[in-house]
Amino acid sequence: MNTWPRNFRYGWNPWEEMDQLSRELHRALTGYSGYGAAREFPAVNIWTNEDTASLSAELPGVDPASLDISVQNDTVTIKGERPVPEHKEGENWVRQERAYGAFTRSFALPFRIDPEHVTANCAHGVLTVTLPRVPEERTRKIDIRVD
Amino acid sequence: MTTTELKKRTPDKTEVTREAHRPTCLPPVDVVETDEAFRIVADVPGAGEGDIEISLDRNLLTLRAAQRQSAPAGHEPAYREYTAANFERSFTLGDEVDRDGVKAALRNGVLVLTLPKVKAVQPRRIAVKAD
Repeated sequence: MNTWPRNFRYGWNPWEEMDQLSRELHRALTGYSGYGAAREFPAVNIWTNEDTASLSAELPGVDPASLDISVQNDTVTIKGERPVPEHKEGENWVRQERAYGAFTRSFALPFRIDPEHVTANCAHGVLTVTLPRVPEERTRKIDIRVD
Repeated sequence: MTTTELKKRTPDKTEVTREAHRPTCLPPVDVVETDEAFRIVADVPGAGEGDIEISLDRNLLTLRAAQRQSAPAGHEPAYREYTAANFERSFTLGDEVDRDGVKAALRNGVLVLTLPKVKAVQPRRIAVKAD
């Protein structure tokens, strides 16, 4: 019996396979796929336009100074660590749901990134990285001249 | 095992404008108990002080947070793993929590709730005096 809450922020659970199957079926039949569960830590979204890509990652509890963001060609890699909290004497952990440890996430974008102009900022535990395209790869609008 | 009757779905002929769906998620929490207090640590990334609401109704402690939209203007989504969500989680408190002393602190998208225990309940060490 699967009683894992469906809208748990991080979707890992031991019933993953069955849940996945039931979710696919549900989605196929009703066309609805809400809940917002992420699979891996950190959850990342990427948006693009003709000039840049914007990446946002949920990194609560991660010290921005400990993040390592690197860019190579078309790939951006984010490395960091959420330190395991120390189990002090006299503390009894009633529940542990938050994941800890080191993480690495890499994304290959559909264009080469200009490393000189990459900016990143972190607010309220959300990291936003702006990755501009290399000038040669910016999509250019072509005007049609009508004679 | 019962067989569920599946209704055949016919496509809607009318055009419906859909609102962006904002799901409500349970934020992951860690709960630690010490002799003096309970500590609840919840991940609420993207929520600032003004976006968080903590209410205590009798013995139900409810934590609500609205995540700020991080979608930049003028961009198309290319890869999506999460949607801006509303976080909500409730806890039922026992008698040992001192309702007036509940404190909350927010840092880096992590909310820490400290629920002190009522003094009478805190264990007291009784020294044994040997004659």
